[in-house]
Amino acid sequence: MTTVAAPYAGTALDRVDGPEKVTGRARYAYEHAPDDLAYAVVVQSTIARGEVRAVDADSVLQLPGIIATIWHENAPRVAPIEDAELTVLQSPRVAYRGQVVAVVVAETIESATEAARLLRVDYQVEPHDVELRADHPGMYRPDHVNPDYATDSELGDPEAALGYAPVVVDATYSTPAQHHNPIEPHATVALWDADGLTLYDSTQSASAVRATIAPLFGLPQERVRVVSPYVGGGFGSKGAPHAQVVLAALAAKQVGRPVKLAATRRQMFAVTGYRTPTVQRVRLGADEDGRLSAIVHEAFEQTATVKEFAEQTTVVTRMMYAAPHRRTSHRLVRLDVPVPTWMRAPGETPGMFALESAMDELAVACGIDPVELRVRNEPTVDPERGLPFSSRNLVACLREGAARFGWAGRDPEPGVRRRGRMLIGTGVASSTYPVYRLPSEATARAEPGGGFTVRIAAADIGTGARTVLTQIAADALGVPPAQVRMEVGDSALPRASVAGGSSGTASWGTAVVRACEALTDALHRRAGDVPPGGLEASVDTAEELRAQRPFSRHAYGAQFAEVGVDVDTGEVRVLRLLGAFAAGRIINPKTARSQFIGGMTMGLSMALFEESVMDVEFGDYLNRDLAQYHVAACADVRDVDAFWIEEEDPDLNPMGSKGIGEIGIVGTAAAVANAVHHATGLRVRDLPIRLDRLIGRAV
Amino acid sequence: MRPFAYERAADARSAVAARAAGAADGAGAVYLGGGTNLVDLMRLGVVSPGVLVDVTRLPSDGVEETAGGGLLIGAAMRNSDLAAHPLVRRRYPMLTQAVVAGASGQIRNMATVGGNLLQRTRCSYFQDVTKPCNKRAPGSGCPARNGDHRNLAVIGQSEACVATHPSDMAVPLAALGAVVHIEGPGGARQVPMPGLHRLPGDTPERDTVLEPGDLITAVELPPLPFAARSRYRKVRDRASFAFAVVSVAAALDVEDGMVKDCRIALGGVAHIPWRAERAESALRGSPATEAAFAQAAAEELAQATPLPHNAFKVPLARNVVVRTLLDLVEAS
Amino acid sequence: MNGEGNSGPVFADPITADIMLSVNGDEHSVAVDTRETLLDTLREHLDLIGAKKGCDHGQCGACTVLVDGRRVKSCLTLTVTVDDREITTVEGLAADGALHPMQAAFVERDAFQCGYCTPGQLCSAVAVVREVADGWPSAVTPDVSGPVSLDDDEIRERMSGNLCRCGAYVNIVAAIRQVGA
Ligand SMILES: Cc1cc2nc3c(=O)[nH]c(=O)nc-3n(C[C@H](O)[C@H](O)[C@H](O)COP(=O)(O)OP(=O)(O)OC[C@H]3O[C@@H](n4cnc5c(N)ncnc54)[C@H](O)[C@@H]3O)c2cc1C
Ligand code: SF4
Ligand code: FES
Ligand code: FES
Repeated sequence: MTTVAAPYAGTALDRVDGPEKVTGRARYAYEHAPDDLAYAVVVQSTIARGEVRAVDADSVLQLPGIIATIWHENAPRVAPIEDAELTVLQSPRVAYRGQVVAVVVAETIESATEAARLLRVDYQVEPHDVELRADHPGMYRPDHVNPDYATDSELGDPEAALGYAPVVVDATYSTPAQHHNPIEPHATVALWDADGLTLYDSTQSASAVRATIAPLFGLPQERVRVVSPYVGGGFGSKGAPHAQVVLAALAAKQVGRPVKLAATRRQMFAVTGYRTPTVQRVRLGADEDGRLSAIVHEAFEQTATVKEFAEQTTVVTRMMYAAPHRRTSHRLVRLDVPVPTWMRAPGETPGMFALESAMDELAVACGIDPVELRVRNEPTVDPERGLPFSSRNLVACLREGAARFGWAGRDPEPGVRRRGRMLIGTGVASSTYPVYRLPSEATARAEPGGGFTVRIAAADIGTGARTVLTQIAADALGVPPAQVRMEVGDSALPRASVAGGSSGTASWGTAVVRACEALTDALHRRAGDVPPGGLEASVDTAEELRAQRPFSRHAYGAQFAEVGVDVDTGEVRVLRLLGAFAAGRIINPKTARSQFIGGMTMGLSMALFEESVMDVEFGDYLNRDLAQYHVAACADVRDVDAFWIEEEDPDLNPMGSKGIGEIGIVGTAAAVANAVHHATGLRVRDLPIRLDRLIGRAV
Repeated sequence: MRPFAYERAADARSAVAARAAGAADGAGAVYLGGGTNLVDLMRLGVVSPGVLVDVTRLPSDGVEETAGGGLLIGAAMRNSDLAAHPLVRRRYPMLTQAVVAGASGQIRNMATVGGNLLQRTRCSYFQDVTKPCNKRAPGSGCPARNGDHRNLAVIGQSEACVATHPSDMAVPLAALGAVVHIEGPGGARQVPMPGLHRLPGDTPERDTVLEPGDLITAVELPPLPFAARSRYRKVRDRASFAFAVVSVAAALDVEDGMVKDCRIALGGVAHIPWRAERAESALRGSPATEAAFAQAAAEELAQATPLPHNAFKVPLARNVVVRTLLDLVEAS
Repeated sequence: MNGEGNSGPVFADPITADIMLSVNGDEHSVAVDTRETLLDTLREHLDLIGAKKGCDHGQCGACTVLVDGRRVKSCLTLTVTVDDREITTVEGLAADGALHPMQAAFVERDAFQCGYCTPGQLCSAVAVVREVADGWPSAVTPDVSGPVSLDDDEIRERMSGNLCRCGAYVNIVAAIRQVGA
């Protein structure tokens, strides 16, 4: 595969939609206001398991301004698809606390909210089980893990190897449930008319929402249109449609008017997905020089009863380090809990917290510098798949990162550096993220009056896709970016893959390049003449992707953290965070840096704050708001920076790029935890690293 | 939110009268300050008044000097104005520090002094009307005791309720013995802090000693010259915009290495801003040393009866008291 | 307080008030439900969608607007309480067409990603510069009785009421430093 000459790729173009966003003109899903709009508000179950016996719909209908109360007895039927998270209001079953049991539609938000509050729902209650334990008797082996990896893997004889390894680390780590909490709540405006169904939706994939929703309502795809020009963050929670889309469409259908519906922040903790909590046991066997002979990584996770989601927590361990004997596994338990889903680097994020903490423990056990330990265990081919790496620059990230961070001469002794009332420590962890590329379509069009329009149903959820695709198209067309109009965020545009798996730029970029190439060819054939109706070329990349050569393709990185731990209070502050990344060609250094440091900031937040606390008695997540579920605030984020290593990889895609949206979070929490150990001598194996995990111990 | 009538009062008397009239209607009438807690709780369905009497336009919204060097702060004064006031900053720095340690810039621009004192607990069961809670629904039970109480009380709590009072501002006010001026249906009276708030006992639904219809009109800061050297230290789960896990307000009067006088109060540990009287009396007349501070803190915290998930607050509070007092000594 | 504000489930009619609202220099005559927040009035009735709803409980800052020049959370501000105030939203920060220097700095520094927290960040940022100029102390001001200056620690502390889940804080601080310094 050859990469195209690209004068605009690599330039720090300002976001093309920046002016829209800073002036308040950018219109997000809930801000679309068709005429005759009604407001819908969701009512959630207050039991974790059982059945809805009755809903006193009539009495709230007496309230002024109430248009309808919809519940399973009067809701329009939807087709019985497999995804039970979406077949809402179709049965009396309650599978988790917070599941939607009714929707109230009214003339104003105030009336709808009040009616939802007053609506009485009677339940038949059954005992619930919501507590994840590694020894839960319900643990089972899922058929595969997300998206389609083998559940378990084994090479050699890891147990025997651990038995004779001179140095063994055997530790159990845990990560709590975490909620994405994009600042824009999940929202949909639904409108039925003669053309079918229009959804203004907050989604990472207009095409996927259309493909999922159309069959639910028995419509052909062309009769559903999903419009989402601006999306206020997603992080995976808007990757697949959740209940709110279906509910808005159902409600609009029932009342015969356009309906607006948004999950409230509190409701989001039950109905828009979250990252499963994990319990992970990692065992490493090594010789005194730190060379690994065995790696065993076992994960225990939860899923919901209505739908299985099996996070691929230990899959990353299959390719990280060399070792002849190795095993990974995933076990799941179905609990009466909300449905977990993808959250920024599903699998890698919790998995690398455990693996990279264990590597730090091994470095300490062997008395080897943690950077050196990782370099020493660098594989030459993908250790489990045996494939060559298309490119792998982990070692360069570790070395260059160490140099810029000032790692050299680090005293490994924990708990000995003081600055005022703070104990100071530094830590490192590796990161990685796979390169995914998914089939997409795109259209490029030469406009009769000059200029080009490129269309693809991609989503810009803040990644900068609109801007980066503009640059890619400009290069492929050989024109300046100002001559390219990029249209995204609408299912009426050529079908595109999800903004997920850090695959957007690679997938959509491929389609955009091919469409632009096809258009350039067509223009050549016409000697540059653009007909009065314009000239258009369309492509589908499915075939090109099938022809892709087998390689182990991943982006790599190294995270360096410096922390201060208050000796009086145990408060941890991240003083410095530096990420070194090798992710192929960087197309826009400005937006790329934002992506990297944004991911690292979320990793910092995960390390120190984030935890959704299960209320075992009542069966829901207790801390369902942003005052209790803490995410990093501005004051928590001090010196965070990222840089990258130039990487030429011809076996990726026409741009030579790898995904950058997720790798920033991977490894950050481990780097912070390792730094906390270096600062205090205390190993925190359970996230988040809150002061109560330190104060009662040695600090 | 249930529909409500809105009235704006021009002075204290008419506010009290408007509230009484609303209550007489059976609608349930309450005062509205900045609304940062009340509107929040109304949206959660925790309170559902039928009448709101807006008291933010009362004339008592500034700072006046009192005889002897104290200050009288109007109840309608916004938190940010209080914190920025030059006399407050100079005479009672711990009060400014506590106010600016609370909430966010936007909320402090809205919140009033009266409303801040009367804000309600952040216990998550209290805020969730689908669960029992003795404070919200008397007699329904207290799930926090066996459930989530990591950030709840370690001193003075009862079987019925283990909630904490979340205000930062109230902590230095308790340390100072600030006097709360009240205008009620039965006339005017004054209550010195920390006596405004009450321990939960068997009636956790009552946060304070106020009677229905009582309006806070002002808070009087008594003269306390040594409070010019005072400090508020707040420990929290993130660096900013988070409620206190534990906090300390302290003022120290040291002469020749001996503690002449001191004021200490703790936040985040009790149903009330907790005046550390035992520690204060242990310290008066003792040397201003780390050992003496540690001893005083230990005496205060000997009363603590923590629950399984908040026992960490006891050593935390001890450390923070000692450190804050040492900082005050070092600063002098 | 103390429970007296509760009077059980009542099925009452909404209570409305006809008020004048001054937003970005324009006078609007609106009939508002007393329960309506300034945020909902702006977004649902005046189609001023700049102020965003992120939590509706004062916890994220996305709804930040200026009332008489001071930043507040419009999700906890009842509209009936601001009929005599001047409201400025992100749409009103700059005169027609042009960008306010803070808006321009946000674009230049890439101080946002999804853009949803951005209008609130901008209103806050503009107010922060003024608060520091007015000498207001913050939780990180070393000596609250002394003067204050707009350094990075001060910016970070003062901007902490505006959450950004995309993690644009580093660039937000850089943008404010650029404008405020
Ligand atoms: C996200 C968030 C974070 C916060 N973080 C903190 C924090 O870290 N530290 C902290 O201390 N606080 C914090 N707060 C709470 C905040 O300080 C309070 O909400 C605020 O001080 C209440 O003041 P107000 O004027 O808005 O009161 P309101 O909400 O208007 O009223 C509160 C109560 O007081 C009553 N009331 C008001 N004025 C009077 C009066 N004059 N006389 C009698 N009764 C009156 C009302 O009827 C109501 O019951 C936070 C709040 C939010 C939303
Ligand atoms: S601690 Fe108090 S406020 Fe919390 S649940 Fe118990 S009774 Fe309610
Ligand atoms: S919407 Fe107002 S603070 Fe979040
Ligand atoms: S830019 Fe997305 S939340 Fe701040």
